[in-house]
Amino acid sequence: MSRVPFPEAARPALANPQLRRNLGHATRTIRAKRAGVVAELPDWEELREAGRALKERTLRHLDVYLEQLEAAVEAAGGHVHWARDADEANRIVAGLARDHGADEVVKVKSLASDEIELNEALAVAGVRAVETDLAELIIQLSDDRQSHILVPAIHRNRAEIRELFLRTLEVDELSDDPAELAEAARLHLRRAFLRARVGFSGANFGVAETGTVCVVESEGNGRMCTTLPPVLITLMGIEKVVPLWSDLEVFLQLLPRSSTGERMNPYTSLWTGVAEGDGPSEFHLVLLDNGRTDVLADEVGRQTLACIRCSACLNVCPVYARTGGHAYQSIYPGPIGAILTPQLAGLDEAGSLPYASSLCGACYEVCPVKIDIPQVLVHLRGKEVAARAASPARARLDPERAAMRSMAWVFADRTRYERAQKAARLGRRLDRLPGPLRGWTAARDLPTAPPQSFRDWWRAR
Amino acid sequence: MSGAGSRKASSRSEGMRVALFITCLADTLFPETGRATVRLLERLGHEVDFPEEQTCCGQMHFNSGYAREALPLVRRFVSAFGDAEVIVCPSGSCAAMVREGYERLAASEGDEALVAEVAEVAPRVLELSEFLVGRLGVEDVGAYYPHRVTYHPTCHSLRALRVGDAPLRLLRAVRGIDLVALPEAEECCGFGGTFAVKNADTSIAILSDKLQNVLSTRAEACTALDSSCLMHIGGGLSRQRAGVRAVHLAEILASTEASAA
Repeated sequence: MSRVPFPEAARPALANPQLRRNLGHATRTIRAKRAGVVAELPDWEELREAGRALKERTLRHLDVYLEQLEAAVEAAGGHVHWARDADEANRIVAGLARDHGADEVVKVKSLASDEIELNEALAVAGVRAVETDLAELIIQLSDDRQSHILVPAIHRNRAEIRELFLRTLEVDELSDDPAELAEAARLHLRRAFLRARVGFSGANFGVAETGTVCVVESEGNGRMCTTLPPVLITLMGIEKVVPLWSDLEVFLQLLPRSSTGERMNPYTSLWTGVAEGDGPSEFHLVLLDNGRTDVLADEVGRQTLACIRCSACLNVCPVYARTGGHAYQSIYPGPIGAILTPQLAGLDEAGSLPYASSLCGACYEVCPVKIDIPQVLVHLRGKEVAARAASPARARLDPERAAMRSMAWVFADRTRYERAQKAARLGRRLDRLPGPLRGWTAARDLPTAPPQSFRDWWRAR
Repeated sequence: MSGAGSRKASSRSEGMRVALFITCLADTLFPETGRATVRLLERLGHEVDFPEEQTCCGQMHFNSGYAREALPLVRRFVSAFGDAEVIVCPSGSCAAMVREGYERLAASEGDEALVAEVAEVAPRVLELSEFLVGRLGVEDVGAYYPHRVTYHPTCHSLRALRVGDAPLRLLRAVRGIDLVALPEAEECCGFGGTFAVKNADTSIAILSDKLQNVLSTRAEACTALDSSCLMHIGGGLSRQRAGVRAVHLAEILASTEASAA
């Protein structure tokens, strides 16, 4: 995906009153729900710390745990594939589907599959991917893009969904009653579940000790995908491994409370390889790197890999609540997207994202695994600035760099600083600032420097 | 919290020597905030010292990705304030920059000697309300401010310094004040330093919701701990000719019956 800078991408959403209203309402509601269920747990801070520490230890020995996972999955009758990047992962999945003569795959919501654009790759291979998560189905039927990690169609209201279903599903009559809409989707999906030869899922956790894969969801459609078709393919980012079965105790408390604001999610599916006469007879686990080991190599950035995709940071973010997810132009929007996307896709591709934050710190405060998102944002800004400086031609023509350097020069010396203060006082009041600073005066008056600085007063008193 | 007697400004006879870290923004654009801080601290019986070598803490540079440019400013701060027993700052974000950012910055630039110096000086930096309530145990500073006021907790004072309700305790003790709660108070105002110009549209969208909340309180003044956020909120209020002022907490706490007259 070729990306435009965030400020530009944000503009349509900022100017859309319906979207602003939908997002404001949805994020406020889920935020309050989360706060309620988090407050119920007296040991929430200890849980967060346990989650953080578990992830840190796992990432430190990622190679060991991944090989353990591979061995355990294979011992339980599953197959493990290693995919270096999106192309490799797509080839593996498409190849498996073709080997089984499938022209259709039923999918449970998987961010990793969207990251590698699996559906598009399958289409090229002549395999149709059917999204079975209700919101994902809405996105797929309307040829739209997700705008939230957990609630991909957060930007759509039910009137729009009714119109979409009437147009795309085999229904003649439909109201915008949520239950009726869900029933129409259910009937449509049930046919796909019964037809499908191959099911596909992502993974929330993969337990190294036992080879167990875990998917949490709300609708039960995921469980249909993971149990009905004879062949199951699971795509899992390598950072999703956890060492021990008992580690799930921590994460299965942290995740639902942080994401949907529920004490427990309705469906938690756990499977270990294959079991005769129960569920799929063939199981493939595809372990995806796609840039993750590069993230791991960055001492500050690596904490990003601890993310359990709860989306609590989106719901508290003042930027996300106004711009929505599309402005981030990535399957990973919001604060976590602002640090994950540039690390996976590169700063050349997504260099404006680390700046899409006021550094208010609300994301860090709610993160169930204590990812210091503001710290990583500042770190990535530093890398972006360094990358700009590394090209002499770009550095010379960079007005921001010139301004920052000259201000640093002024601040580095008291005499220069005091002279600059005098100069600021001589300048007349500006109603409109020029150049890159004009954004300030678009809706804010500019203060004028009073005749006497504080230090002048101090000296004169 | 100790007994009621110790919370009275007049009862604190033991004065401290306080180094004022004014911030470049207040020094240049909002000197009244600095004057108010001095008046307040002196009224409470403390001796204020102003190390004139101070300039800017480097927060804007650091947060914008210019750590290398900020590094000399860290060294400068450490040398300007090295001897001070306690350093008081009328800004949550500048205090947080020194307390949290400096060590990280010095470490990232590989200056171990500076890391050690920072570790010495950083814990002595306190934001004004932290100093008053947390260090001195004072809530009633003897202020008088007969106006309707709402308080916006700035993000860095709230989430980095964790000043908690210290500013509200101080405000509640002000005589004549009509303190009204700000709806959705803990939401960012949208300033964010260079964010306000780099992502001006989003910054203004966030501000516009903050202003709506401020206006809904029918307050005459919106107060906070940071001149930067107040410049942003006040700039928006001024552009709207809203008739609401942005006022730093120090100015409210420095006001007395005598100064109001």
